[in-house]
Amino acid sequence: MPQRLRLLLPLLGLLICTTALAQDDPLRSPGWNIMVDRFFRDATVIHDERVQVSAPPGAENSHSVPGLVRVEGIEDIQRLLVFADLNPIPRILELTPTTALPTVGFQFKVQQATPLRAAVQTADGTWYVGGTWVDAAGGGCSAPSIASANPDWQDRLGEMAGRQWQQQDGAQRIQFSVIHPMDTGLAPGIPEFHLEEIQVYREDGTLLASLEIESSMAENPRLLLELPGEGTLRIHGRDNNGNRFAGVLR
Amino acid sequence: MNRALLLCLTMLWTLPATAYELSPEEVAPGVWVFEGRQEHFTRENQGDIANTGFIVTGAGVIVIDTGPSARYGRAMHAAIRDVTREPVIAVYITHAHPDHFLGNQAFPEVPIVALPATIEAIKRDGDALTDNLYRMVGAAMEGTDPVVPGHEAIPNRYKVGDRELKFIAAAGHSGKVASDLMILDRTAGVLFAGDVVFHDRAPTTPHADVSAWIAQLDALSELDFRVLVPGHGPVARNHDPIEQTRTYLRWLDAHLREAADAGVHIVEFMNQPLPDRFAALAVAREEYKRSVAHLYPPLEQARLQPLERP
Ligand SMILES: [Zn+2]
Repeated sequence: MPQRLRLLLPLLGLLICTTALAQDDPLRSPGWNIMVDRFFRDATVIHDERVQVSAPPGAENSHSVPGLVRVEGIEDIQRLLVFADLNPIPRILELTPTTALPTVGFQFKVQQATPLRAAVQTADGTWYVGGTWVDAAGGGCSAPSIASANPDWQDRLGEMAGRQWQQQDGAQRIQFSVIHPMDTGLAPGIPEFHLEEIQVYREDGTLLASLEIESSMAENPRLLLELPGEGTLRIHGRDNNGNRFAGVLR
Repeated sequence: MNRALLLCLTMLWTLPATAYELSPEEVAPGVWVFEGRQEHFTRENQGDIANTGFIVTGAGVIVIDTGPSARYGRAMHAAIRDVTREPVIAVYITHAHPDHFLGNQAFPEVPIVALPATIEAIKRDGDALTDNLYRMVGAAMEGTDPVVPGHEAIPNRYKVGDRELKFIAAAGHSGKVASDLMILDRTAGVLFAGDVVFHDRAPTTPHADVSAWIAQLDALSELDFRVLVPGHGPVARNHDPIEQTRTYLRWLDAHLREAADAGVHIVEFMNQPLPDRFAALAVAREEYKRSVAHLYPPLEQARLQPLERP
């Protein structure tokens, strides 16, 4: 029984903190104020349902949980930040849309139940935030997969694949993937090793979108973006060890 | 994670476990089934969601699957003793999902038999699967540890007591290689199909190879039997559950491929309503979402083509 009490006390503490801190957070997350401190210090932050974040409520594979962010009706977006409050590495990606639409699809790792959030900053500095909870526990028959530790990744590092779809609304949807282990550096003996940035250009060199990426993103990242117009694209990437990758998406 | 700690944590918000109420139904002479609930794992159902059974052969009892926990296995063993004096002589595990094999501890003196792929999977994932069930089911799991089957099942016909049994290695539900064991009691005309067949309950797919599974179901419709014991859902006296399972899987497969071809993102269609004919299956919505999560990412990735270097 004393052992059980010892477990209970921190939980109670957490509950009390949660109710005190999370009042202005529609998701009532115990990590919200830390996120405000980290990402939005001194800025105006508005919770806004036009920032739509979709993810499955439970993670079938906690090493790769899909998420999709869409923003409708907010103009003049400068940055789009995606993060998970209660992840050891909360920041997942940051999209500078340039001319791309404020839409991004991705997969990320979860360790415990956490909000997944997106925040967009407009030119006046205001952040608009939306989000949803994701539970780390999935169904019963899914053994938490061991991060695949695919032995041939070294030969295939940086290999890119992709495809584009012309949508009815005129936007060009692209999905592309990069072979990369995306090691967080949190596992003992495995240094941090992950994709750090990606740029998407038109064939003539016009920059359409750039992304900063953290190791909280799943292994072999696969990203979805939506771009104005149509045509061939060039995608460039770089990891934190300085490896550079590039591919042409026709 | 430490299992005692997990249990301690889960006990903070659950009541202590109550006894499993297991009463077997005799579906054919000497062939008995414990029907699980058509639900997901919850603390209330204590993980009792799959069908298990046994055959009284005249030369001893053979047990087919042992349920989700050591306590379940023991309750099962006690219920078998209420029905027959014959001892349990063998336990067969249909596949490596935790609702089917975690009662193995209740049969310590008896050979536990499974297909090689099942033995491998339990060796590899048994601990993780058990931990996961502790999280979802809580106190009922107390004392449960995975027991790896020690004997390989060899698909063939066997004479056991007064029965002619046929062991069939099936593929699909647990993967591309044959890793689902089905047992046909030819004497009684009963097929224990394991999770190759679901009935009035949406199929689960965490390790499924859908094409192999559909092919397996095609082959199964030729098989001669009178009583069908699915892995989940009520016992049937016809082949209908085979068709039901196949119809669902065919639809799921086509639906996912179509979405992947169109570049639809996984969360964009996970929440769409199911067609009416499937919405009536137990736990259809949850299972559908889980299936999308298991099966869609490889299809999405397969649609992408290698990019040339500039
Ligand atoms: Zn199963």
